[in-house]
This record gives sequence, structure tokens and C-alpha cells, in this order.
Amino acid sequence: MGRMSLLVSPELCIGCRGCQTACKEWNQLEGEKTENRGTTENPPDLSPNTFNKIRYVELPSEKNPMRLLFVSQRCMHCGDAGCMKICPAPGALFRTDEGAVAYDKDKCIGCRLCVTSCPFNVPRYDAQNKISKCHLCADRISQGLTPSCAKTCPTGALRYGDRDELLGLAKKAGYSKVYGEKDLEGLGAVYAFTDSPKIYGMSDSPAIPEAVVFWNNVLKPLSYLGLAGVAAAAVLHYVAFGPKKIEEVKKDE
Amino acid sequence: MDISRRDFLKISGGTAVAAGAIGAGLTPEEAAAKELELRTKGSTETTTICPYCSVGCGLIVHTKDGKLINAEGDPNHPISEGTLCSKGQSLFQIVNNAKRLIKPRYRAAGATEWKEVEWGWALDEIAKRVKDARDRTFKLTSKSKVKEKQPDGTEKDVEKEFTVNRTDAIAHVGSAALDNEECYILQKLLRSWGVVYIEHQARI
Amino acid sequence: MTNHWVDFKNADVILVMGSNPAENHPISMKWITKARENGAKLIVVDPRFTRTAAKADIYAPLRSGTDIAFLGGMINHIVEKNLYFKDYVVNYTNAAFLVNPEFKGPGELNGVFSGYDEKTRKYDKKTWSYQMDDKGIVKKDFTLRDPNCVFQLLKKHYKRYSIDLVSSITGTPKEKLVEVYDTFASTGRPDRAGTELYAMGWTQHTVGTQNIRTMSIIQLLLGNMGIAGGGINAMRGESNVQGSTDHGLLFHIIPGYNPVPSATVVDTAAYIEKFTPKTKDPRSVNWFGNRNKYLISYLKAIYGSSATKENDFGYAWLPKLDEGMNGSWLVLFDKMFKGGFEGFFAWGQNPACSSGNAGKVRTALSKLKWMVNVNLFDNETGSFWKGPGMKPEDVQTEVFQLPAAVSVEKEGSITNSSRLAQWRYKSVEPAGEAMPDSEIINELRNRVIMLYKKEGGKFPAPITNLTWNYGEKDADGKVVKFNIHEVAKEINGYYLEDIYDKTQTPPKLIGKKGELCASFVTLQADGTTSCGNWIYSQSYTQKDGKIINMMARRGKDDPTGLGLYSGWAWAWPVNRRIIYNRASVDMKGNPWDPKRAVIKWNATKENPATKKPGVWEGDVPDGPAPPMADEKAGKYPFIMRADGMGALFGPGLADGPFPEHYEALECPLQENPMQPGHRVNPTIKLFYATEGPGEKAKEDGGLPEDIFASCDIRFPYVATTYRVSEHWQTGVMTRHLPWQLEMSPQQFVEISEQLAVELSISNGEKVIVSSARGKVNAVAMVTKRFQPFKVMDSTIHQVGLPWHFGWQYPEDGSSGDSANLLTPTVGDANTLIPETKAFLVNIKKA
Repeated sequence: MGRMSLLVSPELCIGCRGCQTACKEWNQLEGEKTENRGTTENPPDLSPNTFNKIRYVELPSEKNPMRLLFVSQRCMHCGDAGCMKICPAPGALFRTDEGAVAYDKDKCIGCRLCVTSCPFNVPRYDAQNKISKCHLCADRISQGLTPSCAKTCPTGALRYGDRDELLGLAKKAGYSKVYGEKDLEGLGAVYAFTDSPKIYGMSDSPAIPEAVVFWNNVLKPLSYLGLAGVAAAAVLHYVAFGPKKIEEVKKDE
Repeated sequence: MDISRRDFLKISGGTAVAAGAIGAGLTPEEAAAKELELRTKGSTETTTICPYCSVGCGLIVHTKDGKLINAEGDPNHPISEGTLCSKGQSLFQIVNNAKRLIKPRYRAAGATEWKEVEWGWALDEIAKRVKDARDRTFKLTSKSKVKEKQPDGTEKDVEKEFTVNRTDAIAHVGSAALDNEECYILQKLLRSWGVVYIEHQARI
Repeated sequence: MTNHWVDFKNADVILVMGSNPAENHPISMKWITKARENGAKLIVVDPRFTRTAAKADIYAPLRSGTDIAFLGGMINHIVEKNLYFKDYVVNYTNAAFLVNPEFKGPGELNGVFSGYDEKTRKYDKKTWSYQMDDKGIVKKDFTLRDPNCVFQLLKKHYKRYSIDLVSSITGTPKEKLVEVYDTFASTGRPDRAGTELYAMGWTQHTVGTQNIRTMSIIQLLLGNMGIAGGGINAMRGESNVQGSTDHGLLFHIIPGYNPVPSATVVDTAAYIEKFTPKTKDPRSVNWFGNRNKYLISYLKAIYGSSATKENDFGYAWLPKLDEGMNGSWLVLFDKMFKGGFEGFFAWGQNPACSSGNAGKVRTALSKLKWMVNVNLFDNETGSFWKGPGMKPEDVQTEVFQLPAAVSVEKEGSITNSSRLAQWRYKSVEPAGEAMPDSEIINELRNRVIMLYKKEGGKFPAPITNLTWNYGEKDADGKVVKFNIHEVAKEINGYYLEDIYDKTQTPPKLIGKKGELCASFVTLQADGTTSCGNWIYSQSYTQKDGKIINMMARRGKDDPTGLGLYSGWAWAWPVNRRIIYNRASVDMKGNPWDPKRAVIKWNATKENPATKKPGVWEGDVPDGPAPPMADEKAGKYPFIMRADGMGALFGPGLADGPFPEHYEALECPLQENPMQPGHRVNPTIKLFYATEGPGEKAKEDGGLPEDIFASCDIRFPYVATTYRVSEHWQTGVMTRHLPWQLEMSPQQFVEISEQLAVELSISNGEKVIVSSARGKVNAVAMVTKRFQPFKVMDSTIHQVGLPWHFGWQYPEDGSSGDSANLLTPTVGDANTLIPETKAFLVNIKKA
């Protein structure tokens, strides 16, 4: 099987948020207590109960009152995933056959290192201090089904399929920028943009923090030899971020 | 929410193989889950149409042990082709919802609280009130103005008594959410009682 | 809907006006997106830059309540620039009809058409008539030059709608008007298709019906009716508001759009005489000439063998309205407010939030002796007695609240906007003690009838003679196991005797006694057929002895490629997917656009019914008659109209044969810019008395609840209500769902940045929105989505609020209350649909 991915096309999205509910339905995530903060966008951020959401981007427009963009925000399932690089708990984060970055909560040790190593600020921790994020409906895709969000999308703004085919599709449709084609060894959620990524609230060149790379290449293999998960995490944390407490890291998010 | 919150990884955890990673020369993250089980495995599928707007999108409903465990778009449906908006996608939560009314309730005149009651009692009491209101207010005839030709060929409005067979004491509003067959028998029943003040969502 | 959801993909231009499909019918955007991928242009005309507007090729803002001005300008543009589809207009519309020379329009009569009576606020429509020849057929001028022909009158009427004037009324920039007009008018050619999608943004106005009429005129001028990718498509709000309307859950119609009889229509003969349209033109099909069959078959369905020729089929048992009596929504609640009802059923509806002027409704509920509230959840109607401002101890209304089953807890069909009836299956048992509505209805019927059998009572005949053959019965005649399929069959209808086609020799058997009817074509007026709703005849039918639930079909064949999916479920009438499709072909039966052939006349192929060559292919045609070019047998295309023609001139409506711009009852203008005589629609029913020119509210003109404020400094901003994608109607079925509530948790009001500056309101701040009738708390959403309008040289601000919220849930009151506490007691001149899309408010910080 070739690598599978999502193709996100904000130009096609109508902001109906079927994807938000579809995710909650399939993954049985609770609704959150929210309030209206003067925007349609809600919940305000990703959370242990919100794996994906639509970001509402309002931009100036010459011919209209505004340019209103709807951008799906979620785990990007990076080819070179910072979270997987840094995770000290064997099997907690794993890559599925389709290429998704999934996880096993039973193996998560709650170190939250994946949070700091994610270039897209995606992983969240639930009340049991276990990682929670989009796993591309790993159970569904392993059975040949479409992830819940993409399946429900009425306009094709979220498409799931063979990554190469989706890239071809985006290019053929004439999008000026296919975001994530090459970044981080290719993202598992590529975006078809007509403008610079910044417009859509994305960084131009997403990167994993240097320290994470160092850890992964040099120190992490050593840790498997002598240290069990939690201790390894502490060492890793020290090496990667210095003597900051994990709580502080969390606050800095 | 009183739904039992089921975490997919709990369901699938048993098969998520993390492999004896190092021994096999693999880093743990490369050991992929080979087989993840769907939470709908072994469930019964029925089709339905979305209860919200009037596009008429198709859904597949998964049930297991008498419980609705999932509802998602019907890929064979020619209008929706498996897609749904957020409302249709939340059908699960209408069915499995702790706030649902699950027992008839009664609020007496001047009471400050609801009281749960038995179906039989509630229906009998409603039937009595329908009959009572109908019998006391039933109009066999009523006055209407009609145009009547006068001997000189002109028309004049004349008030006359006509058969009407109705009650003006009972009104009914709803329901655009009932099935066709229910709408049909509802209007049939209401009109048999002589009710004419019948309205529903089409007007608002 | 004339067309259907998938058909949107066939359009070249899609005009979204009076609706917001991306938010209220999101899956329709699938087909709009497909059309756009094929090069179609999407035009959105809306006071607010909606999520649909975000996808538009052209967005044009307009002030709420000025759609007729906007579209009237388009008619003028089309006619003056010769952009109309001439062959279609001449042959398929009443453009050539000659009108009574005494007919006059509002341009000549200071805002009214000829025949207006100020006292009764009604028209005498005598002059809105046609000139007849000696055979009783309408005189026509196919050159369209006669000054009294419909086309010339239309031209004259809309010449007044110049771009400059329209722009100053609507607040739409002139260049936007021209861009929209040119783009939409580009479909006035055989090979182009334009469609229009509307919803409550058009109906909920005092000129609601005429909003839609204006668009019908445009679609007829452009030849867009009946074709694939064309039509006028009402996107209905609820899953079965189409079906519940079809089945006559309204004061004015019984099933199948047959009028509710009034008292002066004393018997079936009088009914048939009064409600059967007549034509002397042999080329008009005049389908409603069959009204007698539908009425008698309905009476046979509901009264069974008790309905006999001798007792006039039980017609007397139907309740009758007094002549001129109106029982529609606003009137109903006005009567309730004044103590006019003892009992009330709110069945699957929440009027305490959904009604225009909901505050009046809440008070009205407290005047009832008893109420029955059937719903899935508690709601503001059922619990009104403990709502804001209510003292439960003082409220003497008894309330019964009955738990209903969810759609998947029962079986039955619902009909979507495109008249498609689809079957739903039961997947789980009802929660707790909840019951399917059908069983609640069954139980109520049983209990009432038992009381009459036991105690006797007033005029029991309609109750005791009502058929109720819906399953196994016990000794008392009570249905113990309710079978919904039996209802579906009754709706479809049965042959009560062997039915013969007597036009053939020897007469041919077309229906066997005891079998389900094949379609309404076989219904009889002599009591030998029964049919609960003629338009649903064929929905649950019998073929070669085999019973078929057509609504449960799942065929996916699409031979035309147009997405008709004729084998999927079943659409009324007779599974026709695009109505008026006889107008999609030329006089010879060839499609105007061969690439989008809805139907096509095949002159050589044998017709299985007649055994002669000549048959229609494609969709089920609007009647089997050969094309119009056949001078003997050919028929006019618009078969439901007595004259067979699309109506540019529409004398049937209360407020004029041509739509005219009038301001909303509550409007910011002193005067109607079209003419100084009549600011508001002169035929609307006023619930609050007015005085002087401009319809100012009179002092002590009525109930304080019904007051309105027009051009009033206390309420300077135009407001509208709307819905959002995440909620549905009053929110009973979405506020209770945490997944939906989290996305849109609270009442909000969208206001422009300019107005926010004027009022020093910042985004996210709590504000109070008030009207002459009530107030609601809301979170201010300061946004570019609303821009101030330039109207008659002054700046007018508009704001908007969704109407999904209510005090009852969430229980902490965090959502706020219904926007309908603000809306007025006034309705459309024809339908009395409340005007909730244009009214006046003020806003201040909370």
C-alpha cells in the first residue's frame, strides 16, 4: 500500500463543521462547555475532546466585505514526526500501515514531550494524562474505510486517499501551493492553497525543534538500553529543553 | 452525556501490536498496528433519512445489543453520497441522550413542578378533555355571508346559517417532524373531532 | 422545489437569494460545488456575507425586505436588453394574453393596482382579467406588441425599476446589480440553465409570496422552468415539512392541496363546482379538472363504506370554516391570546420560540385550560409556565407532556424538498417509555372513540365513521398492533371495485377490486376508488399482483446522467423528478438543450399504452400528450394551470398580478421610494391599527403585544433572523446535543464594525437587542459580514440574530432566549407567514 493521506482544500470548505461532529461521533468524544467569544469558531482550540476543528480566517477583500476562509486544523501525520521522534515510551506512538501517526493510550506515560516537539501544536492530554489527538481514524482506515471527517465532508474539502494521487489532484486543479508535499518528509495532511500558508494560519516552513532531532538521532537509542520509560523521559526532557519543569512546558504552549 | 464513553484505543488496544521492538531491530514507532477492530464490528445496519433539514440525506445506523452505537452517512444515497453536515452527523446523540423525555409528565394548574405520570392516565385525561371541550363547544351550524342574487339582478351580501360541524375550542400546531403516515392519520383524527385550527411549521 | 438537489450540478448559474445553503442545507453545497467545478457561477444575494457567500463568484448585499426591487430591476434589465428566451416566452407563457384594458398598475394609481378598496384592504380583481374571444378562449397577440398584452404590461410595470432607483432602495451598489443581472440573464438561451434557491429569507416577509412570484417571472422569461439545472427551488426547513404540508396539516388544505371546505360549499357538487378550474381551450390539460376524483376518493379513504352516494360520501362530516374565516398561525395565536381556546396540542413544535412575536405566544399559552406537548425533549412551550416572567402559581394551564420516539425508533416515510418520499426503518426500540407518534395518535383515537361509544356525545358520526384499519384489532375495535404500512397503503389508495377504462371498446380493466391503485390517473369520482392523498398515489402500489413500497426503493440507475435517479425512492407526482418538464422541449418535443435532455419525444418508437408510434423518453413527462406542434392532440406545457401557460401575469394572488416593491411593516423609510401612496403592502392583515399615510401605528391601536414601530428613532436598525449550520429551528433537537451546542453555545447578534464604533460595542461584549415588543440578551459579534447600506442617500445599519435559542435549555440559561421575542405580528398578504426577516431594533450594552 502506498502512503495514504488527507487532502485539505479550504477553497472547497463551507465551514459546516460536519467533520468536527463526525470525529466526535466516531471517536465518542464529549461535547465541551464553550461560550461565544465573538466568533463562529468553537471550541476555541484542539483539546482531548476535540481532535479537529475548523479555523475561521477573516481577511480583507477588494470586492467583498471580507474573504472568509475555513481551514481544517488537526494532526498533520508528518512523515518525519517530531512526536514520534521524541516519544520515550515504546509503542505509545506508532505509525500505521497507511502512514497515520496513531497511539496506544495504555502505553503513553504522560510525559508530554510530544507536545513540545510538535511543529503544529497538536497533541493534547486527557484527564488521565494520556495523549489525545487525531489518529486519522486508524481503526477505520485499517479496514479500508475513510476517516470519519473526510467521509462526511460534503464538498470534498477533506479528501482521503493515496497520497500521490491526492497530490496530483491538487496540482491538476491548479492550486498555487500544495502545502506539506515535501515538508517534514511530507505531511499526511496536505493542503491545497491559493495563497501563502501564512494567510491560512500556517507556518511557511514547519520544522521540528533542533533538540528533538538531536535526541532522536543520538540519545534516544541509548535510552532504550538502560532506562525505563519515565526515567528516559526525564533525561530526554533535560537534554531537549533544559531544566524546565514539565508543567512549565505545558504553560508555555 | 450519559453515553458510555468508549475510547477507540481501548477497544483496539488489544490488537495494537507494539512488537518486541528493539529485539526485532525496529524502533517501537515503526511497529505498526496490523489489525485494528472497528467498534461497529458485529453490529446490525439499517438505513434511515436524516431528521433535520429537507435535503433528505441517507444514513446507516449501527445497532448492537439493542443500542444505537453509530450513525454515519449512507454512501449509496444518491443525494448525500455518504456525506453529512454536523447535525446529521450527531444523530447518535439525539437517540442516546440523558435529556430525552422518557416518561409522560403532567403539570397541574398552578403547580410549580412537573410530575411523572403513567401513559394510560395521561391519555385518558387528554381524551376526556378533548371530548368535554368538543361536546360543549361543538357548532353544528354557523353564520356565513353569501352573495345572493336580488330580483333586480344585483348581488347582495346576506348572512345565512350553514352546517359547519366543528369545534373552535381546540387548536393544534405541528408537526413537520412526523412521518408522512403519521401526518396523515393526525389530520384525519383532528378533523374527525371537528378541529379546524390546524397549523404547522410550513407557516413559520 | 421544481427540480431536485442533485440537479443543482446541471446549472450554469446558481442564484442563492433568500437562503443560505452552506449553513442550512449544507449537503446541497455538494452539488453546487460540482456545478462550480464544471464552470458554473454562484451568485449570493444576502444582507449578510454568509458562509454561502464565502463561496460565491458574485456576492451582492441587499437590505432586508427589498428583494422585489432587486428582482424587478432584473426583469427590467432582461426585457429592455432583449435577454429573454423569445420562443419560450411566446409559446409557453401568458405573455401574449390580452388583458382587460381597464387594468391599471401601481405606477398609474399611486401604489395600488386597479380595484383596491381601502376599507377592506382588498382588491376587486374584476379588471385583472383577460380579453376573451367568442369561443371563450383568451385573446392573444403572439407578436407581443399589443399595449394590453401581458408582455407589454410587464414591460411598463418594471420600467419603473431603474438601476438607480433599485440601488437606492436595496442599498446594493449599482455595478453589483448589473453584474448579477447580466450573469443570471446569460441563461436566457436554450443551451444555458439558471436555477434559483430560496428558503425562509423570501417567505417570511409581508411580500413573501410576491418575492417568489418575481423570480418565477424571471425564470419564465429566461426559459429556465422545467429544464435540468433550472427551476425555482424552495429549500424547506424541516425533514418532513413538505410531507406534512402535502398531507394537509394546515387550516386551509386537506391532503393533496385540496381546499378545506367552507360552510357555503354545502355539498360535494358545490365543492367540485367551486374548486374545479375551467377552461374552454381544448389544448389545455387543466389537471385540476380531476378535483372531483381526488375529493371523493379522499372521503372514501377516511369514511370507508360509511361514505355512500346517498349520504354524499360523508362530506357533511368534514368540519367547515365560515366563509372568509382564517385559522392561520398568527390568527390562531391571537385567538388564543384572547382566551379563544380551551385545549391546545403542540405536537413536535415549539411555538414559544418559533413563532413570530413569541412573547405574545407565551402569554397566550397561559390562557389555555389545557395543553398537550409531544416532543423528544422538554422545551419552552411545554414548560412555558415556569419561563421568564411567569409565576407558575398563577398559571392555570394544565400541561401533558408526552415523550415521542426518535425517527430511528419507528418506521415510516418522509418527503424531502424535492417531493422525494423516502422510507425509514426502525433500528432501535424507543427510549424509556417514549412512543412513536403514530401509536400516540392511535391511543388518543381509541380513547376518544370509546368515550363516545360509552357516553354518547355531540355529533359522533365523524368520529365513529372514521376508518382505522391499521392492524389487528381487539373486541372494542382498538388497533392493538399498529402497522404503519397499512396507513401508507390507505394514502396510496385502493380499487374498491373493478375499474374499467370506458374510453376503450370493449372497456379495458385497469384496476382489480381490492388491489392498490396504480396511480391517481386511475382514481374515480363515483366512490369506486379510495385514496387518502391523491398526489401520493403510486407511492405504495401493486403491479401484477405484487405489492411494492416505492418509497423504499434503492435503484441507482441514471441513464440521462442528469442525476434524476428515478429508481431511488419515489417522488410525487407519479415519480416525476423535474416538474413542468414539458417546457424543457421545443414545440416538436426536442429538448431545448440536447446535452441536458430531461425528456424527449420519440416519434417513431411505439407507445406501450396507445400501441401507436410516439412516446416520451427520459423523466416522467408532465402528461403523456404529444408535443404542442401536434395541432390535434398536442397540449400546453403547464398542465396544472387552467390556461396551460406559465404565468407572467398572475391574477390569483391577493396583492397584485405583478409583484410590486413595498417596504416591510417595520422599515426605516418614511416613504416607499417607488411611490408615495403606499409604503407597505396594502393588502396585509393589520393586527394593530394604523393612521395616516405611511401606515404609522395608531395610538391605542390594539394590544401592546402587537405594536410595531416604523421609521422610529427608538428602533433605528433593520434586523433579520436566521439559522446557523450547527442548530436547527428553535434548537430543541440541537441545543440538547453537546456536540452541537459546543459549536454555537449562545445567542448572538452580528453587527457591523461601523455600528459597533458608533455604539462603542466591542466584539464579544454582552448587549441587549430590543424591539417595540421585547428584548433579548446577546453576545455582540462585531463583523465585516454586515456592512452599512446606502439607502436613499442615508446610511442604514442592519443586524442579524439566529433564532435557535431559548431559556429552557441549557438549564443554566447560558444560551439566552429566542430572537422571536423581537419579531412583529404581521404576515404575508397571501399566506400570513410572519414577517421575521425584516423588522426594527435597537442595541445597547448590557
